[in-house]
Amino acid sequence: MAKIIFITSDSEKVELEADSGSVMELAVQNGVQGIDGDCGGVCSCATCHVHVAPEHFDKTGPASEIEQDMLELDDDANEYSRLCCQIEVTDALDGVVLHVAK
Amino acid sequence: MAENQTCVVIGASHAGVNFAFALRKAGWQGNIKLFDADPTLPYHRPPLSKAYLTSADAIDKNLLKAADTYQKEQIELNLGVKVGSIERSAQVVQLQNGEQVAYDKLVIATGARPFIPPIEGIESAEQLFPLRTAEDVENIRQAFEQSEQKRVVIIGGGYIGLETAASLKKLGAQVTVLEREPRILARVTAPYMSDFFQELHAKNGVAVETNKNVVRIERANQQNFVQCDDGTDYPADIIIVGVGIRVNSEIAMEAGLEIDNGIKVNGQAQTSDEHIYAIGDCTYHFNPHYQRFIRLESVQNAVDQAKVAAAAICGKEVNYDTLPWFWSDQYDVKLQMVGLSQGYNEILIRKEAEEHKFSVWYFKDDELLAVDAVNNAKAYVVATKFIKSGEIINKTKLVDSNIEFKPANLL
Repeated sequence: MAKIIFITSDSEKVELEADSGSVMELAVQNGVQGIDGDCGGVCSCATCHVHVAPEHFDKTGPASEIEQDMLELDDDANEYSRLCCQIEVTDALDGVVLHVAK
Repeated sequence: MAENQTCVVIGASHAGVNFAFALRKAGWQGNIKLFDADPTLPYHRPPLSKAYLTSADAIDKNLLKAADTYQKEQIELNLGVKVGSIERSAQVVQLQNGEQVAYDKLVIATGARPFIPPIEGIESAEQLFPLRTAEDVENIRQAFEQSEQKRVVIIGGGYIGLETAASLKKLGAQVTVLEREPRILARVTAPYMSDFFQELHAKNGVAVETNKNVVRIERANQQNFVQCDDGTDYPADIIIVGVGIRVNSEIAMEAGLEIDNGIKVNGQAQTSDEHIYAIGDCTYHFNPHYQRFIRLESVQNAVDQAKVAAAAICGKEVNYDTLPWFWSDQYDVKLQMVGLSQGYNEILIRKEAEEHKFSVWYFKDDELLAVDAVNNAKAYVVATKFIKSGEIINKTKLVDSNIEFKPANLL
């Protein structure tokens, strides 16, 4: 079981727990503002963009090549950007803070 | 924004649901009432022919929005309720259960339905399914489990047909795709792409037969026989029909709204009635980039038009101006498409060193119209940037895969 903390662009803090699935699914199932997941989680739409808190970046690891490419279409992307449909929920994520991108 | 106003939405799929949430976010304080004949909580459609078909997941793993978020956003979701007609003069919609619902603003997001071609015997064929709804997938899964030989014939070599072929093959089916045209995906891609996918399916053990015009389906000995006009005959335990769609525009037409290859809307997604908007697959709308009216069957269009309609209804200055994009997943191949290729007069292909990684660039003279990127998100991204900016690409550099794939390197 991992606790995942989302901070929305309105600075709302949403704490959720899960043990499987993708982080995007978790966010959508709980109505986290700003995580849309329009493509259903196949890394095609870039509407599940989060900035991982820098000190927690080792919990998620960096974006894959396809994620990095897709993130290039988003002006708000930075080195801590991930598309959270590509982050699997595991115990290693426990405590991670994710800032929902604009 | 008045609190006592009501916005009624007909259709609760990608367009209707995203609209409802966008409308609330844009500041609408009145009622939002969503109606859909489908009794299932609104779900993602694209995975139906892809990952969802091969999984054992229930549809609640695939929802557009969590069930309780509708309540949280005060969106009234009426499922299993069909809207019968629109009475514009009274500003009410008539439900088929006899009730009437008044609206101040009405949004038509009725989408499309599978086209079932008038093939002799198609009405009496058994285990024959379209694939557009969660119920269709349930039916296919059930028929598949009950079938011993699992011989699947797919009528139509478009994206739905090919994705379904790949998915059912993965589940162990014996799959044949019958395409009427000389090549698959003929309506949407260049011959190079058709050849690539034909070969990909062949390698994976799916028989893709072109120039196959299905004329009859016979039922004998508890089997279907799919017969083509060249005399060939394919036994089938399950038949999937994927030959395109028909727009659900009847309700708009009967209400006297302007129809032209779909419900005609302006840049604010507004129909010929100022109180009625239309969004998604059912609309015929102007695309400023390509300077022509188009109808699109895509998630992108549904979601983006939904946002435009919501903003327009809330009095914001807005104009629908987005570049169309699409995707398809078959086997381990990820296809991403951006732009509209119609009208191209030159095709360039850039191949990367890795197998099954390339992109097809559609030009009209120097203007880049569209790109199909296979396992190549970088090509998709670079293409999107060029199509948007309108900068001229150096075609010699483009096809040289030794040059790093960056917009600045291709000028």
